[in-house]
Amino acid sequence: MNNGNGEAYWKANVRLMIMLLIIWALVSFGFGILLRPLLAGIPVGGTDLGFWFAQQGSILVFLVLIFFYAFRMNKMDREYGVDEE
Amino acid sequence: MDQYTLNLLVIGASFALYIGIAIWARAGSTSEFYAAGRGVHPVMNGMATAADWMSAASFISMAGIIAFLGYDASAYLMGWTGGYVLLAMMLAPYLRKFGKYTVPEFIGDRFYSSSARMVAVLCLIVASVTYVIGQMTGVGVAFSRFLEVDNATGLYIGAAVVFCYAVLGGMKGITYTQVAQYCVLIFAYTIPAIFISLQLTGNPIPPLGLFSDHVGSGQPILATLEATLSDLGFATYTESHDTMLNMFLFTMSLMIGTAGLPHVIVRFFTVPRVADARTSAGWALVFIALLYLTAPAVGAMARLNIMTTMWPNGIQGEAIAQEDLPEWFANWQVTGLLAVEDKNGDGKIQFYNDEASADSPVMEAAAERGWEGNELTTFNRDILVLANPEIANLPGWVIALVAAGGLAAALSTAAGLLLAISSAISHDLIKGAINPNISEGGELMAARVAMAVAIAVATYLGLNPPGFAAQTVALAFGIAAASIFPALMMGIFSTRINNKGAVAGMLAGLLITVIYIFLHKGWFFIPDTNSFTDSDPLLLSIKSTSFGAIGAVINFVVAFLVSNATEEPPEEIKALVESVRVPRGAGAATTH
Repeated sequence: MNNGNGEAYWKANVRLMIMLLIIWALVSFGFGILLRPLLAGIPVGGTDLGFWFAQQGSILVFLVLIFFYAFRMNKMDREYGVDEE
Repeated sequence: MDQYTLNLLVIGASFALYIGIAIWARAGSTSEFYAAGRGVHPVMNGMATAADWMSAASFISMAGIIAFLGYDASAYLMGWTGGYVLLAMMLAPYLRKFGKYTVPEFIGDRFYSSSARMVAVLCLIVASVTYVIGQMTGVGVAFSRFLEVDNATGLYIGAAVVFCYAVLGGMKGITYTQVAQYCVLIFAYTIPAIFISLQLTGNPIPPLGLFSDHVGSGQPILATLEATLSDLGFATYTESHDTMLNMFLFTMSLMIGTAGLPHVIVRFFTVPRVADARTSAGWALVFIALLYLTAPAVGAMARLNIMTTMWPNGIQGEAIAQEDLPEWFANWQVTGLLAVEDKNGDGKIQFYNDEASADSPVMEAAAERGWEGNELTTFNRDILVLANPEIANLPGWVIALVAAGGLAAALSTAAGLLLAISSAISHDLIKGAINPNISEGGELMAARVAMAVAIAVATYLGLNPPGFAAQTVALAFGIAAASIFPALMMGIFSTRINNKGAVAGMLAGLLITVIYIFLHKGWFFIPDTNSFTDSDPLLLSIKSTSFGAIGAVINFVVAFLVSNATEEPPEEIKALVESVRVPRGAGAATTH
C-alpha cells in the first residue's frame, strides 16, 4: 500500500501492539518474576499471587491478548480498507 | 485383556489412523507439500501447531521438571507460551502475507541477499536437527517401555510411520495427522490429571485443584507440599532459587526462541488469509494452554503423592515397608527408571534428602533413627507422567492412552521439524541456489527425496545420539532467539535495515551466543573443554541457557549500526516491506 491509508493503518497497528505487549510483559516478567516480592502479601491457595501469575495467570492473560489483538486488527483491516477481499 | 495387548491395540489403532490420513491427504503440488495448499482452517491449524510445538519433552518431561524445580520452572511455562503472543503480533500475519514457503526465503528476499538466506538456512538446519534428535530418541524410549520391543525396533517403526505421511503428504499430510495426534495426546495428558486432582483435592479441574485444599490435611495443596518437602529436607517449592536477572533472561530467551523456531512459523503459512494467521495463533495457544496449565498441577500433586506414598504416617511415623510398596513400583523398577535399596536393612524404605545440610532437622532425625542414606535411590522425573495413571489406579486403557500420547507428541514434532529441514534443502538450497530453473514436478520430487534423507539421518542420530544431545535444546533456542527472530522482526518493522546490516547482525548474534554456550558447556559440547560452568557463569548470574536474549540484543544493535553506516535499501525492498504490513492482496501473493 503506497497511500496514506496504509501508513495510518500501520501506525495504529504498532500502537495497539505496544499497548498489548506492555500488558504481556507486566503479567509475566512483572508479576511473575520482578514484581513478585511486591505481591507476596496477597495469598492465593497456599502461596502468593506472583506464583499464580507465573504458573497460571500469565498464560491466561496471553490468551486474552492474542484474541483481543486478532479481533481489533480484523476490525481495523476493514476500517482502513486494507482487508482481504 | 492384559496391559500389553491393550497398549498394542491402542497404539496400533492410532498408527492406522495416521496412515489412513496420509493416504487421504496426499500432496500433488509444491504448494500442498510446503504449505498444505494454504487451505487449513485456523482452528485446525491451531491444533496442528499445538501438536507441532509440544514435543516428547513437553508431554513426558515437563511436569517432572516442574515437580522438582517448583517456582523456578515457571520460566518454561511463561517462555513457551508467551512466545505465541510475539508470533501473533510481530511475525505470523506479515509472513503469511509475504506468501512464500520458507523462513529463509523471506530473509533472503527482504534483505536482497543470498548470503542472508544461506545464514538463515544454516541456523534453521542446526536448530531443527538438534531438536529432532530428542524426538527420535523419545519415540524409541516410548516404544521400548510400552511395547517391550528394543529401542532400535521402536525407532524403525516410528520412522516408517512418519515416512508414510511426511513423504507422501508433505505439509498437508503432516497437518491432518498432527490434528489427530493432538487429540490423542491431550486426552492422554488430561484424563490422569483430572483423576489425580479429584483424589487429592476433590476438584476435577487440575489448574483449580492446584490452589485448592488437600483432602487429607485440609490445608492448601501447595502449603502441604511445602511442609512435607521441608520435613524431608528438600528445597522449597514456591520460593525462587535463581536470580531474578537469570530467570528474566531465561524466560525472554525461551519466548523469542519459541517465536523464532522455523517449524512453528511455517505452520502459519498454511491458513487461507492474514486474518486467519492472527486467530490461528490464538487457537494454537488455547490448545497448548490446555496442557501447560495442567502440567504445574500434575507436577505438584505427583510430587506430594510420592512423598505421602513413601511416608504413609508422616515423617514422624515409620517409612513404608518394602513389601508394602504399591504395584506400580515393581512395574517401573524393571525399566530402571525407579530403584530402591534398603541401605540400613530395616525392611523399610526411607526417602529423604540425604544431601541436606548437616544441621537440618532431617539429618538429625536420620542420625537418631538410624537411616543410612536415601533409599529411593533412582527416581527418574519422567515417571511422574508415565506412571501417573498407575499411581492414580486408573484402568488399563488410560495407561495405553498415555503410551499412544507420548508417541503422538514425539512423532508430530519430529514430522514438523523434518518438513522445515527438507523444505530448506529443496526450496532454499536446490531451487534457491543450485538449480533455480527446476520444474515444479522436479522440486516436488526433490522435496520428497530431501524428506526421505532427513528421516534417515534423524533415525540414525536417534539410534546413535551424540553425547551432547541433552544439552542441545539450549543451542536450538539460543540460535532461534539470537539470529532468526531478530532478523524476521527487523525485516518487518524496519525499512532501514539493509542487507549488510542484517547479515552482520545475524552472524554477530549467532556467533556470540554459540561461543557463550560453548564456553559453559564445552567447545562443540566436548566434555571438560569449558572454561566456566552455569553455576558460576562468565557474566553476572547469566547461565548459557539464558543467553539467547542477550544474543538477540547484540543482533539488533549490530544490524542497526551497520545499516545506518551503509546505503539505504532499494525502493523495491521498501515497497515489499510496506506490502507485507497490510493484509490486502494476500490472495495474489499465494500464487507464487
